[in-house]
This record gives sequence, structure tokens and C-alpha cells, in this order.
Amino acid sequence: MSEKFIERMIKFYLPLFIFLFFLLFPFYWMFITAFKSDAELYNLKLNPFFIHEPTFKNILMLFKATLFNRWMFNTFFVAILATILSLSASLLAAYAIQRVRFRGSGPIGISIFFGYLVPPTILFIPLATIIFQLKIWDSLWSLVLIYPTFLIPFCTWLLMGYFKSIPKEMEECAMIDGASRLRVFWQIVVPLALPGILSAGIFAFTLSWNEYLYALTFISTTTLKTAPVGLITELVRGDVYHWGPLMTGALLASVPVALVYSFFVEHYVAGMTGALKE
Amino acid sequence: MAKVVMEKLNKHFGEVKAVRDFDLEIPDKEFVVLVGPSGCGKTTTLRMVAGLEDITSGNIYIDDKIVNQLPPKDRDIAMVFQNYALYPHMTVYQNMAFGLTLRKFPKAEIKQRVKEAAEILNIGELLERKPKALSGGQRQRVAVGRAIVRKPKVFLFDEPLSNLDAKLRVQMRVELKKLHDRLQTTIIYVTHDQVEAMTMGDCIVVMKDGLKQQVGAPLELYFRPANKFVAGFIGSPAMNFMEGELLSEQGGLFLQTMGFKLKIPADKAAKLKSYPEKRVIFGIRPEDLPEAPASIPNETIEVMVEVLEPLGSEVYLDVKVGETSLIARAEPTTKAKPHFKLYLQPVLENVRFFSIRDERALL
Repeated sequence: MSEKFIERMIKFYLPLFIFLFFLLFPFYWMFITAFKSDAELYNLKLNPFFIHEPTFKNILMLFKATLFNRWMFNTFFVAILATILSLSASLLAAYAIQRVRFRGSGPIGISIFFGYLVPPTILFIPLATIIFQLKIWDSLWSLVLIYPTFLIPFCTWLLMGYFKSIPKEMEECAMIDGASRLRVFWQIVVPLALPGILSAGIFAFTLSWNEYLYALTFISTTTLKTAPVGLITELVRGDVYHWGPLMTGALLASVPVALVYSFFVEHYVAGMTGALKE
Repeated sequence: MAKVVMEKLNKHFGEVKAVRDFDLEIPDKEFVVLVGPSGCGKTTTLRMVAGLEDITSGNIYIDDKIVNQLPPKDRDIAMVFQNYALYPHMTVYQNMAFGLTLRKFPKAEIKQRVKEAAEILNIGELLERKPKALSGGQRQRVAVGRAIVRKPKVFLFDEPLSNLDAKLRVQMRVELKKLHDRLQTTIIYVTHDQVEAMTMGDCIVVMKDGLKQQVGAPLELYFRPANKFVAGFIGSPAMNFMEGELLSEQGGLFLQTMGFKLKIPADKAAKLKSYPEKRVIFGIRPEDLPEAPASIPNETIEVMVEVLEPLGSEVYLDVKVGETSLIARAEPTTKAKPHFKLYLQPVLENVRFFSIRDERALL
């Protein structure tokens, strides 16, 4: 046990473990609650940190008594479409602002960012009017259309930063080699920006997946709800909390996001640090 | 194979005039080097030839055809960039074949040409590698290879050797020159390194502040610089400059400066006599300041040695005359020591004179 080891423990591992505990405890709580019966849950004499008599009742209730499957599908549908829509728009916007350098590209870049700064709690009122007039109120398409309002600014800025890290000479060289602007974009810029595009995509997907306010205000039919909204509105009835199924639903709903992250974690890190290895 | 002509070329970036009234005619097959300090407009000029930069005014001709409005891909040029600009997601082969593929060459020919270029550049074994698995020198070769497979009319090089270490740079310098001999294609080469310019170019264009200073063969620039800037820029260590006064006495012309007086050779004196002003700048190269065994009136100057820089084949002496520092080249056998006095005997035939007003060469 050298001094160095102890120092490393105190300075590095201890804070890390405290942070990890703080971060993962809610998941642990969701997990144990999912397998507890109501009787066990409300029995204050039992140690609340362990499962004493595991039960699958909550899971059964979630899938049988609610439309959880449907909500998950809705969330997927909206998240994937909104992500694709936002990414395609942001890719072109970010490239144009960063590289085509047309007149006014700077101010346009900044105004896109300003759009992102307006909080949804204010924005949902005017957006509701638009959704009404487009006659897509209470339809998943309203969310597919609304989510890009915060995803596009976000992705555009992330990608702008990434495009900046791609040496301009590479594009110029391709142009001398005989490529048109569009071909340069597809064959040089997009492949090189892939880590950045992936991280923008993951972010967009996660943000849409977790979105609550717009989903709550624009959707009222139970079959059309997304998972976060569905769980809260259908499993909290007045002041009655169905903790078991609620926690089961929360746990299951966080699985897809966790999977997406773990698959792309390497690209994701590279994308965030803007590291382009030549 | 092409001749390149630039005519009254101007490039302004807002208020900044990067290139001003630049005229240059580059004959077919010539290796031209644009050289100058950073910000002198050399790279901008090259980029205008490439079509990567719009021209503010003036014309560029490649093979007697105006190319001002032509996009880069239609100019039939190839460019090698300072950072090589290899496509990191493609193998060496794909990098080299990219231009040919875009131009829809038949597969067999692409293969043939890449193979040929790879052989010339000794990168045959690297074709399947990605750029990140290559060393700096190898990347450089691939970048050159990518340019030569297209067999363009003109090669443009933008400081291609600056990212290499000193030894490799010397080696690549020779190789690029050999390559030019072999390919016989017009080359425009940009560098800030005067040694590179001197050793590689058939013709050197010295630039400063967007203006062309002098165009000429390497030795012409060395021995007959058009102004003080060129004189100081070409040659290493740089030429020594001092201010002095021209005095006519005893039927001869003398140069009087900082406590010493030198007799100017008769032929130079005849030309200098017509110059109205008496004060001039004179420049003398380190190799024209040999040691003298003893003081000779009107021929030697007395200096104080400060630092010795032995290079093996020669020794550079950093010396001081009054407040002015000079560099002199001495034989490796020199007895000079720091903090001792020494006599130098300037080779006055090789002294250059410049006007104080506009720094132009007087002879």
C-alpha cells in the first residue's frame, strides 16, 4: 500500500464511487420496486433496500392493464422519425453555415442558436396554435414535427463544431481532384464527420425519447401517448401512485436509451471531443 | 505540359490587399518557386491559380486560355497541400485513385497509373494502408502520388515539406527535383524557406507584402538582388547591412562608416559616382568577410568577436563593429576567439549598395 495508491484512492476512486452511487441509486430503487408487492412496499418494518418476496405482478400489470407496449412503440416512432428529420436538416445547415460561407452565414448560425434558447414552457403555447392549424393535434405527427424545433438547433451547433475540425484542404483537394460540392459533402465530409453525426443522432434520439412537456400537451388520446407521458398519466390516478408498475415502466423505458449509448459509446466520445484522427 | 501566365493579378480580403498587380509568365516545364515571409501573398497567389480563391482583378491563363472563372476541377491541375490533406477514411490506393475514379477512367488504367506512381515514389507496399498508419514522409509521398497519377498540366505545391523533419526535408527536396526532371511538368512551388527555393527552383519569385520583388534564377537573386529585401532574404546566414557615406577623396571613392574607411574598386566607383545622395546602405555577405592577418589601411575593418558557431566545414563568427553586429564566415582553422579583436578584409567587388530612400539596389 504505497502512499501513491492511497492518494489515488482518496482523490480519484472515492469521489468516483460517491458520484456513481448517487447516479445509479435511482435505477437500483426502480429495479427493486419493480419486483416488490404492494404489501412489502408499504411495510415500514422491512428493510427497504432489499427485495424480500420477489413478485412479477407489477410487470404483468404494466403489460396487461396499461398500453405500455403501444406507448413504447409510439415513443420509438416519434424519436426515430424526429431524429432522422433533424439530422438531415442539421447536416445540410451546419455544412452550409460552416463551409459555404455565404453572405449572412454567421448571423444565421447565431439565430438558429437563439431558437434553442427559448424554453419549451413558453414555446408550447404558440406551437399549439400552429399544430391546431396544421390539423395534426392529438397525432404522433405533431410530435415528429415539433421535436425538430429543439433538435435542429442543437444538432446544427454540434455538427458545426465537428465540421470545423475537418481540414478545409481535404475538401479543396477533392474539388481539385474533380469532385463537385455535393460529392465532396457525401464522399469526404459525411464519412469523416460520422462520429459527430452519430453523437448528434444519439442526442437527438435521447432528447426525443425523454421529452415530456410537448408530448403531454399535444397528445390526449391514451393510445397515442409516449412512454414517459403514458406512465405518469395512467399509473398515477389522483393521489394514488401505482409504484410497482410505474417503476417497472420507468426501468423498461430507459433500456433502449441505455442500449443506444452502449453501442455507440466510442463514436460518441470521439464525436464530443471533435477528435479527427488523420 | 503548360505555360501559366498571371496578368495584373490582385486579391483583396476586405481592406487587406493580399496580392497586388502580380505579373508572371511561367514557361512550360519550368519549376517556379514563390518564396517570401508569411503573409507575403505567395499562398494566395497559388490558390488563385488553383481556383480555390476568387480573383479580385486580373487574369490567369493556363495554356493561353483564361481560367479566371473555371472551377478547380476543370483547370487540369493538381495540388499538394502542406498538411497533405489525405482522405483519412480511404486507403492509400483509394486516395490516389480518387481523382481518376471521379473522372471515370477505366478501372484497368486507374490501377496501372496508381501502380506506376507508387513505383516512382516507392510506396508500392503501402497501397492498402490507411493514412493514419503512415509516417510523415510516407504521407508526403502519397500526397505527391495522388497528384501525379492524374498527369495534370500544372503541379501546385503549397509548402509541402514544412511538416517534415530536417533530414527528411533534404531528402524529399532532392526527390521532388528528380521527379520534376522525370515528369517534365510545370511546377509552381510555394515555400517560406529560401534554402528550399534556392535548391529546387529553376526560377524564383521573391514576394513581400503582396508585391513581387524580383524574379530570377537562384544565383542571379543571390549575386544581383534587386533590393535590400531580396538581398537579406536570400542566403543563409543573411547578408550584413550597414549604413555608410560615400566620400570622394584622393581621386578615389571611399565608403566611410562607423570608424572605418574602405576604398571602393574603380569600376564600382564609376557607377556610384552618378548617385546624387551620399548616404547609402551597403550589404556584404558573410563569405565576403574573410579574416585578414593584420590591419591594412582602407581595406580592413577591426571587429570584436562575440560568438563562434562552428559548423565543421566552416565557422560563423558573430562579431561587432561599434554597435553593429555582423556575421563573417571563417575557415575551420580560424584562430578567432570570443572577446578578442580581429581584422576582416571585405571583398569589395561583391559589396552591394542600396538606396536609403527606397532600398533599391544601386548597381
